[in-house]
Amino acid sequence: MTTKLFGEPIPRREDPRLVAGAGRYLDDIDEPGQLAAAFVRSPHAHASIVDIDVTGALEVDGLVAVYTYEDLAGPLAQPLPLLIPHPSLRAARTPYPLAKDRVRHVGEAVAMVVATDRYLAEDAAQRIRVTYQPLPPVVGLDAASKAGHLVHEDVPDNVSAHLVQEVGDAAAAIAAAPHRLHLELHIERSASMPMEGRGVHARWDETDRSLRVYSSTQTSTSLRFALAAKLDLPVDRVEVVTPDVGGGFGVKIVHPWPEEVLVPWAAIRLRRPVKWAEDRREHFISSAHERGQQHSVDVGFDDDGRLLGLSVKFLHDNGAYTPYGIIVPQVTSTQLPGPYRLGAYRVEFHSLYTNTVQVTPYRGAGRPHGVFVMERTMDAIAAALGLDRTVVRERNFIQPEQMPYDQGLIFQDGRPLVYDSGDYPAALRLAKKLVGWDEFTAVREQARAQGRRVGIGIACYVEGTGVGPYEGAYVRVETTGKVVVATGLTTQGQGHETVFAQIAADQLGVPVENVNVVTGDTRRFAFAVGTFASRAAVMSGNAVAAAAGKVRAKALRIAGEALEVDPADLSIVDGVVSVKGTPQAAIPLASVAVLANPLRYAFDEQAKQATQFAVGGGIHRPPVAEDDEPGLAATGYYSPVRSTFANGVHAAVVETDPETAEIRILRYCVVHDCGRLINPRIVQGQVHGGVAQGVGGALYERIVYDEHGQLLNASYMDFLIPYASEVPAIEIDHLQTPSPLNPLGIKGAGEAGVIPGAAVLAAAIEDAEGIPVHRMPICPSELWELRNADHR
Amino acid sequence: MAEPMHEVALTVNGVPRGAAVPARRLLSDFLRHDLGLTGTHVGCEHGVCGACTVLLDGEPVRSCLLFAVTVDGAEVTTVEGCRSADGGLGPVQQAFQDCHGLQCGFCTPGFITTVTAYLRENPDPDQEQARDAIGGNLCRCTGYQNIVASVLRAAQLQRGGAG
Ligand code: FES
Ligand code: FES
Repeated sequence: MTTKLFGEPIPRREDPRLVAGAGRYLDDIDEPGQLAAAFVRSPHAHASIVDIDVTGALEVDGLVAVYTYEDLAGPLAQPLPLLIPHPSLRAARTPYPLAKDRVRHVGEAVAMVVATDRYLAEDAAQRIRVTYQPLPPVVGLDAASKAGHLVHEDVPDNVSAHLVQEVGDAAAAIAAAPHRLHLELHIERSASMPMEGRGVHARWDETDRSLRVYSSTQTSTSLRFALAAKLDLPVDRVEVVTPDVGGGFGVKIVHPWPEEVLVPWAAIRLRRPVKWAEDRREHFISSAHERGQQHSVDVGFDDDGRLLGLSVKFLHDNGAYTPYGIIVPQVTSTQLPGPYRLGAYRVEFHSLYTNTVQVTPYRGAGRPHGVFVMERTMDAIAAALGLDRTVVRERNFIQPEQMPYDQGLIFQDGRPLVYDSGDYPAALRLAKKLVGWDEFTAVREQARAQGRRVGIGIACYVEGTGVGPYEGAYVRVETTGKVVVATGLTTQGQGHETVFAQIAADQLGVPVENVNVVTGDTRRFAFAVGTFASRAAVMSGNAVAAAAGKVRAKALRIAGEALEVDPADLSIVDGVVSVKGTPQAAIPLASVAVLANPLRYAFDEQAKQATQFAVGGGIHRPPVAEDDEPGLAATGYYSPVRSTFANGVHAAVVETDPETAEIRILRYCVVHDCGRLINPRIVQGQVHGGVAQGVGGALYERIVYDEHGQLLNASYMDFLIPYASEVPAIEIDHLQTPSPLNPLGIKGAGEAGVIPGAAVLAAAIEDAEGIPVHRMPICPSELWELRNADHR
Repeated sequence: MAEPMHEVALTVNGVPRGAAVPARRLLSDFLRHDLGLTGTHVGCEHGVCGACTVLLDGEPVRSCLLFAVTVDGAEVTTVEGCRSADGGLGPVQQAFQDCHGLQCGFCTPGFITTVTAYLRENPDPDQEQARDAIGGNLCRCTGYQNIVASVLRAAQLQRGGAG
């Protein structure tokens, strides 16, 4: 490689557009004749629909159509797809696009209204009278597991899935252990809450008989296939384009949403473009939540704090439907072991229906819960034995020389959970140094002497990233010398236009400014999986490298023929192919692109050079060789055998107010190892954002339902996303242990920041207070309650 | 039940603009959908996130909490108007790129207008003040670290320091 962009913290290529207000998000799409959709949603957590009376809506000027379940037919009248089936998911249930006979959570769509603008559509929606027969709601894991009432009549125990994985005989190992502990550890419900809600815009082209759909989705390719199936259209007549997307964090991987099939369907029926942009309240009550789980832990260990056996049983609240299968609890159960050798391990979960919004992955996707369980257990062991918390961790770490390390479990991709690389002891050493672990006893004492309470916590994690099955990329050098890169997965702020350009520019020896990256547009790249599980850089990054590598090889071959030299003697610098050591023997990449496409017609100046009477060469072989294709272009795919495993350690110092129980984070330190960094600045940004969500999830954010299944805090007024005042300064140190699994040596970085948040802050609060913290999030009044309970 | 329409005429980013809208049309919707200035974003429609912040006669306001008819005759600056005189990125916009102060960019217009107004009154903030200056805007992506840095960098650029 001649230019060196991989590893450089270059500024983002997408920013000039976004900072100038020239981004194009879903709700920015306005076109003549466009209609707006609004939805009538259930005010009940559980009810039968007795009657829907739309007459009131008909008076609204500008009303175009009202649709209920009765209007749906064919595949559209069937439940939405179960996206990830699993043998343990014994009673999967997914919603209908519009409720059929019954609603199972507040916010479920009952009718769709289409009008000339959104104000009028909402007016009409308000005038639709739905008569409900309320049914007893099931709210919370206790009610769900008692199964006094049912969410789905035909699921008698409210259990959607039950899964056990076991390595060794955990019960026997725990029974035989010299020390045993039992812990109950709970995490409450939260949500992704991107600043932009969901949205979909559809346009039917009657002449072309084709459908163009814009969606703020995390997967445009899969949405396209789903739409073709639901709307009974040939796939080639459906295009899905992802515009700029205002954050996703997991919730937008679900597809097709009811609105995502209904809006295109209406656009086809009405022969007019239709748009729906979710408002904030709708996002709270009708998209997806995550995090709510209750864990019951039994652990056995020796006198040194070494784990001998761990058994975890937990309940997962999956809400009213399971379109995303068991991914969240499955990830919890498999990522829980973290960087440790567990001895024997048994994990068992039940996934339960409740009359609440469905649960699907939110950044971290089950990992924050698993890490909370494992790290709280580590701290409890240290406390029981009177050992330093980091010493217990060190004694249980998998060592670098034990890599690759097989945990003996099956991961969320259906493949063995084998850690590829990582140096956990080194990460812990760095974190201790960064936060000043060894000096902290003195700090704590000193603060105590002044009547202040400060505490320190530490939490380690391992994160499976870069899951398959594959991603691909297309790379083409234009005859202008510009490079076009297209990959199918989508972007919600991760800087893909920049990092993929860095990779392509490095491979091709061109300035990064010459590379233009397109993501999430099925017109440009049709085969892809999507953006989730910290996989984009690993998957598409390596696919771009593969495609660009092929283009490079072809460029060298053609240039070699033109310059009559061995391609091995050529290099590409600044977009010019030249003979190493003889820079005057050179040909611009742009000219190579011209030569790569033999032409009959000289449609422009450059094309002349490639026409049939201009090119020399052998008249006895075809202009395009049998094993070749025209154009300086290639497609490449990357499909890994297994996931890569990133890791890290967070440490935090908190102060709690002795009177008000206010919790303040004094320091937040991160050691992060995601293999080789493509753009350190972007990775740092991902860590910052993740930590802020971790802090939010530990101290401020929670979704609160009352016993009737009403969501009590469905607004930013009441669901407390941290402002700048709540997020501490974040100190970061990186380790770079390359992944042996992919050519670029990278691992994913997107979710890491959020994963140990609840664990590390619980540990720090516990240290400051001397009271066990077994439930997160925690707010000052809860801490105050804990103190009172402790005194009693 | 056709709604009565009202002419709203105002100056947006130095240009006289106008449209006839119903009384209940929010200023945010008016800017975005009637005037086509989609740089102003709507994250909550209830005044909490600040994504919709624009400058009304120089002062930051939440355009999702105002009716367009109430600002007839006013002067409004949106993120599109925060460019420099030569049409390039304005100093605050430039600072956000320099410091990686944005990820998805959805909250960014609200930060840029807010910071633009803030720096006019406070050209030389320290770290703490910079954090306070953005204390009313939500960002779900960045964790604010680089936004604080962007405020400081913008101040530096505005004072004419390139470094
Ligand atoms: S959209 Fe106006 S403050 Fe959130
Ligand atoms: S950059 Fe995405 S919300 Fe701020």
